Amino acid sequence: MSDHIDVKKTYKLFINGAFPRSESGRTYEVKTSKGTFLANACLSSRKDLREAVVAARAAHNGWSKATAYNRGQILYRIAEMLQARTGEFIQEIMMTTGVTKVKAEKEVLQAIDTLVWYAGWSDKISSLTGSNNPVAGPFYNFTIPESMGVVACIAPENPSLLGFIESIAPVITSGNTVIILASTKAPLPAISFAEVLATSDLPAGVINILTGKKDEIAPWMASHMDIDAMDISGLPSKLTSEVKVAGAENLKRIHTFKGTTPHRITAFTESKTVWHTIGV
Amino acid sequence: MSFEYAPAPESRAITTIKPKYGHFIGGKFVAGSKHFPTINPATEEVLSQIALAGKAEVDAAVKAARKAYTSTWSKTSGKERGKYLFRIARILQERAREFAVLETLDNGKPIRESRDTDIPLAAAHFFYHAGWADKLEYAGLGSSPKPLGVAGQIIPWNFPLLMLAWKVAPALATGNTVVLKPAESTSLTALLFAEVCQQAELPAGVVNIVTGDGTTGALIVNHPGIDKIAFTGSTEVGKIIARSVAPTKKSVTLELGGKGANIVFEDAAVDETVEGIIDGIFFNQGHVCCAGSRLLLQENIAEEVLHKLKKRMEKIRVGDPMDKNTDVGAINSKEQLAKIVELAQVGDSEGGQRWSPACDLPKKGYWFAPTIFTGVTSAHRIAREEIFGPVLSVLTFRTPQEAIEKANNTPFGLSAGVWGEKGSRTLWAAQQLRAGVIWTNSFNKFDPTSPFGGYKESGWGREGGRHGLTAYLKGVSGE
Repeated sequence: MSDHIDVKKTYKLFINGAFPRSESGRTYEVKTSKGTFLANACLSSRKDLREAVVAARAAHNGWSKATAYNRGQILYRIAEMLQARTGEFIQEIMMTTGVTKVKAEKEVLQAIDTLVWYAGWSDKISSLTGSNNPVAGPFYNFTIPESMGVVACIAPENPSLLGFIESIAPVITSGNTVIILASTKAPLPAISFAEVLATSDLPAGVINILTGKKDEIAPWMASHMDIDAMDISGLPSKLTSEVKVAGAENLKRIHTFKGTTPHRITAFTESKTVWHTIGV
Repeated sequence: MSFEYAPAPESRAITTIKPKYGHFIGGKFVAGSKHFPTINPATEEVLSQIALAGKAEVDAAVKAARKAYTSTWSKTSGKERGKYLFRIARILQERAREFAVLETLDNGKPIRESRDTDIPLAAAHFFYHAGWADKLEYAGLGSSPKPLGVAGQIIPWNFPLLMLAWKVAPALATGNTVVLKPAESTSLTALLFAEVCQQAELPAGVVNIVTGDGTTGALIVNHPGIDKIAFTGSTEVGKIIARSVAPTKKSVTLELGGKGANIVFEDAAVDETVEGIIDGIFFNQGHVCCAGSRLLLQENIAEEVLHKLKKRMEKIRVGDPMDKNTDVGAINSKEQLAKIVELAQVGDSEGGQRWSPACDLPKKGYWFAPTIFTGVTSAHRIAREEIFGPVLSVLTFRTPQEAIEKANNTPFGLSAGVWGEKGSRTLWAAQQLRAGVIWTNSFNKFDPTSPFGGYKESGWGREGGRHGLTAYLKGVSGE
């Protein structure tokens, strides 16, 4: 060991492209799998969520109207930035979950590949799930998928980085903006990932990251009237029913998934059908 | 010189209405226990007594649907399922006039609409989905798409047979069996459809029809033997259903309310636009979830459009739905009329200026004259709430951006219309609008190949087209 005393990172939230602390001033201790103190993470409040929704809503119009090519390039850029910091993420995953270096490395590399995979989907999903409909009349009639708007995600506890990426990448590919609640026990990779996002040309507000407790934040996400949909893959099943009931107030689209699949993109798109008249 | 229209009544001799109906369960008509009257809303004549299904009848229908699913329908190839659907389509075409007359008597809509829109589209829906039944593996929904099982389907009173077709055709094509409940005020064409199923020799239990009110609907929604709920109706009831099924694994699609914006830009072809405004709000007495009930006029042409709209409204023929020249028929029920009257009064009290053409409304039955409110703002209740009647709220805007902001300022997102001669601008507007169906230079067009459904609080999922199949297949409901 050198005499140098480490300058430790303060882990904060990521809202609208900035790194604020929780307005509540609350924190909780993040520990290693063996129980040693690692860091104080923010214990997000309902108010933090509301700030994040305002940022996500404001970012939606610009992000959803960016070209699919542009969104794809930005997702790829995120993968580039993550690749460059592989070592740091391996360390954080090992510290928080106690897995071996080989396993942690595998998770980070898979997270990078997942980003690259969804980057390539941005300009293809419309060709596959859109259609040109042969209506019985003089109309050019087509259906295209569009983003739903603001999507709230509950990241799974484990794997803390890969599960997080698997949740957000498909949602933003189609033009949605996101508020994601990171793994409660292992939030550090998610917050470090915010630093990746901050250097990836991703517009502020497209991805907003909260840390804290699922049973505290998820019900507020479900009842928030300006959130359009939820990915509750990381929600404990005992909360599912409560969240779905609360989400019915504005008919949120609420889904659960496993792994990497294009259904994670299509579940958060709306199909728009346009009837355009044909005539001279 | 002016011409008068001579009465041109459609004959009701083509249809026979029984004094009393039961349910259609397991391929047979089963007597009901309790009954309630169904009336002709244009005359208040009691047409028949409709059975009210309770727990026992719903249980029996679900059981029949499950048995048919397990023993017959899930083992019937797509090719054979398709042929049953083609048969149904053909029988509907053969008996189209009978269905049209019955629909108009029970619903109050003009015979011109039931004859030219509802029934032909219902047949077209079966014809379209018949062709899907043996091609599902090519639909891009997985290599071996699987049905969900038993579907509970609850439909509204505004397009009774057409909504039945929207529900039953895709469910059967994808290999599901169904328990369908028509709306309490319009059960007759669904019961006639049961006869069509018999004529088509559809295996017993594949289609079961139970009649009743909201209590019957709730029994279906909460039935543990049902795998999928498909509902068309109000947003309020849609939310109740969403809450009810939250603790279950039921798959759900909802087609709910709307407050469609109909945007008219300054370069619109005015006469054509006026026809489109009329179609948008007065088609089917405005009992249309995707009605263009908010007219957004660019300020510099508002006066001209309103002048021509009023002149056109003076020519609307309101009255006997059985008359072939009638444009606007009867309001479907006393309850719906009360709701329209109440919201129109709110429009008055909030400062909107009401205008209706002079028209003689029949003494008996439920009627509401075609009405427009000018001087409406986005904050008025008549600009926010679905009236579901022939009442148009008129707002104005100055810039295209303002039109989009006003159009999107609603919790609904079902439909919108855009009028203008500049193609790039109408497509730009279509892109900006947050709604599932956009008509440019047209309104209220429907086709089985064209997916229909809403954003936001207008519902979950799509009906029609390739997209509509996802509602009845496993693992693809997200699309």
